[in-house]
Amino acid sequence: MDMATGELSKPVITDRPLAIEARGLVKRFDGTLAVDGVDLSVPEGAIYGILGPNGAGKTTSLRMLLGIIDPDAGTRRILGAENPQDVARLIGYLPEERGLYPSMKAYEAIGFMGALRGVPLKQGREKGRALLEEHGLGHAADKQIRQLSKGMAQTVQLLGTLVHDPKLVVFDEPFSGLDAINQGKLEVLIRGLADKGTTVIFSTHVIAHAERLCEGIAIIAGGKVPFAGRVDEARDRIPAQVRLETRNAQGPWRAALPDTTRRNGDFWNFPLPESGIEPLLKALIDGDAGILSLSIERAGLHDAFVAIAGEAAAREMAKGSAQEPTS
Amino acid sequence: MSTLGRLSHWHAAYVIARRDFTAILFSRAFVFFLLGPLFPVAVMAMAGGVGAQMQSEAAIEEIGIAMDEADTQAMLTARDDLAARTGAIPAMVALDKVERGDSFDAEAALERGGNSLAGIVSGSLEAPELTATQGRLNRWEGTIGFIAAYAADQDKLTYPLVQTSPVASSGATTNSGRMHTAQGGQLLLFLLIMLLASMVLSNLVEEKGNKIIEILAAAIPMDAVFLGKLFAMLGISVVGLMVWGGTAGSILWSSGQTLSDYANPGVGWPMFCLLFAVYFGMGYLLLGAIFLAVGSLASTVREVQTMSMPVTMLQILIFFFASLAVTQQGTAFEYAGMAFPLSSPFVMVARAATDEAIWPHLIALGWQALCVALFIRIGAGLFRRRVMKSGPQGTRKSRGLFKLVRSLFRSGSAKTV
Repeated sequence: MDMATGELSKPVITDRPLAIEARGLVKRFDGTLAVDGVDLSVPEGAIYGILGPNGAGKTTSLRMLLGIIDPDAGTRRILGAENPQDVARLIGYLPEERGLYPSMKAYEAIGFMGALRGVPLKQGREKGRALLEEHGLGHAADKQIRQLSKGMAQTVQLLGTLVHDPKLVVFDEPFSGLDAINQGKLEVLIRGLADKGTTVIFSTHVIAHAERLCEGIAIIAGGKVPFAGRVDEARDRIPAQVRLETRNAQGPWRAALPDTTRRNGDFWNFPLPESGIEPLLKALIDGDAGILSLSIERAGLHDAFVAIAGEAAAREMAKGSAQEPTS
Repeated sequence: MSTLGRLSHWHAAYVIARRDFTAILFSRAFVFFLLGPLFPVAVMAMAGGVGAQMQSEAAIEEIGIAMDEADTQAMLTARDDLAARTGAIPAMVALDKVERGDSFDAEAALERGGNSLAGIVSGSLEAPELTATQGRLNRWEGTIGFIAAYAADQDKLTYPLVQTSPVASSGATTNSGRMHTAQGGQLLLFLLIMLLASMVLSNLVEEKGNKIIEILAAAIPMDAVFLGKLFAMLGISVVGLMVWGGTAGSILWSSGQTLSDYANPGVGWPMFCLLFAVYFGMGYLLLGAIFLAVGSLASTVREVQTMSMPVTMLQILIFFFASLAVTQQGTAFEYAGMAFPLSSPFVMVARAATDEAIWPHLIALGWQALCVALFIRIGAGLFRRRVMKSGPQGTRKSRGLFKLVRSLFRSGSAKTV
């Protein structure tokens, strides 16, 4: 959504066919609007992030895309099918709340998850062993899930999500509960999937993962999508930040600084003016500011997310307050 | 369905059933399931033994004889003689010697206590006087007169030799035996279903606790999860029945007996066993569907215990209802028991024991099958709607019973999560 006009952003446009195409998805729970018109376009082979604060509607959106629940309104097309259940065997899903049968052995758990997606049990178990071996967990193949560490169990479940070679993988908060090393391994795995042409979509509220991995993102806040597009586009929503250090604290050059400038000792922080850096530089030199250092930093995805999601949340709150007296 | 789509309902149900069946079969719970019926039997046997012991100890009653020495001796001898011939004659003991013509305060002697005297015979053989409570007077009056008459002149009594012709059974014996089979069948059915329904419920709760339910929901229809769980437990029960049946058969065989040695059920043993198995399946599916639907509403073991309590109570009530119905055959009460879906399997298994006709079973099975289909449909609908319930609930608006029921019959994926 354009922060000034309030219009929805255009979905990511690429030449590739879309793995996921959702338009105007709406979901209510007993009168509460959980998702309010979500649009998503995810190209095939992309790594796509769904970002949003807790309770924003990420999980509900993913569940609608997967066909676990039906939307109250809107359409969805997953891997070319209007009903996600028609392509269920091409989809892998790792829910936010991890779950495995504690008494199952690791390779059996993977085999069982494959069987749910149509892989013959024997074949799934064999592949389970191979996957565990491939990911350094061969020694745990015959151990019961209850004997594994949390990280190992999570990896087993992740491999169970992939045992049937899905074309689309949906991860709901895949990094939660993993230590830094396992998070790194998961990032490698996700990149590997994308390299093989698998579309990966995941939700997270840890922006760094999305920034490192994603080709496109959608920010969900208050059940709406205020932004959907490339990571670069999101970052461009926030002007670059200028960090200036001067020898002189006073002088006519101060008039050239934007109103939003914040002072921190000898440093001045402000957004890059729309007119660019050159007129400012000229004013600083002419006004004898005594420039000691000057840097221009492009906004991070975290700042963009906070700005976009925060703005959307604030707008929703204002809208709610305005409607309250009349409702 | 295309090969890219979800597994078919039956295929998915098979995947779930296979997992549950294997998991339960190799779990400790299954050992308890196998041993389960032994506990109530052992408790009943112990309670029966203790009860019988208490009854026998409490039942020691003696009649004191307070007559002169000759009459006392004659009464004791007559009692022993007659007891040997007829049995069931109370024991007698001699009290203080009383001279003929003297009075004896029997009432005071009984009130003194400290003994097991239940009555006192005083007077003489010609005019015996029995002092006891009213109930005992009614019971013993004739017996004491008989003993006194025998004691007075036993030579007057002659006992013709009775020719005996034993038969294997009689109408009364058959009826009694069939009634025992009917009651035993009902009890076994009740215990089995109760055990299984509890197990299927704990299995579901474990699954919800393990958070695996969402993985299942994403991959296969929730109705299939419901069906798979239900039929896995049915498979488990078949194994249980085979083990118990095999054990019982072995015990019979090793003791040189066969089922024919016991009262033949109305429909015969083979048909009775078959009908028992089918009614067990029906009863389990009906109650299991209710338990699973209830389980889908709960998210913790504590919630399950709270919510399943009324269902368990209902189960016990139904068992009592069916037990009562079997004693009132041919009445509206029995027909009501046959018609009410949850009690129908219990009442009909009893009827198979007591009545020869097969056709009522065909009708009952048809009706029960219809009810099973309906219960599973409604149960699966509730399960689908509720088992994944999470997220913001909002203010619950009154939906109306009709709307709720109608929504249960919608196919497809869950409407609320």
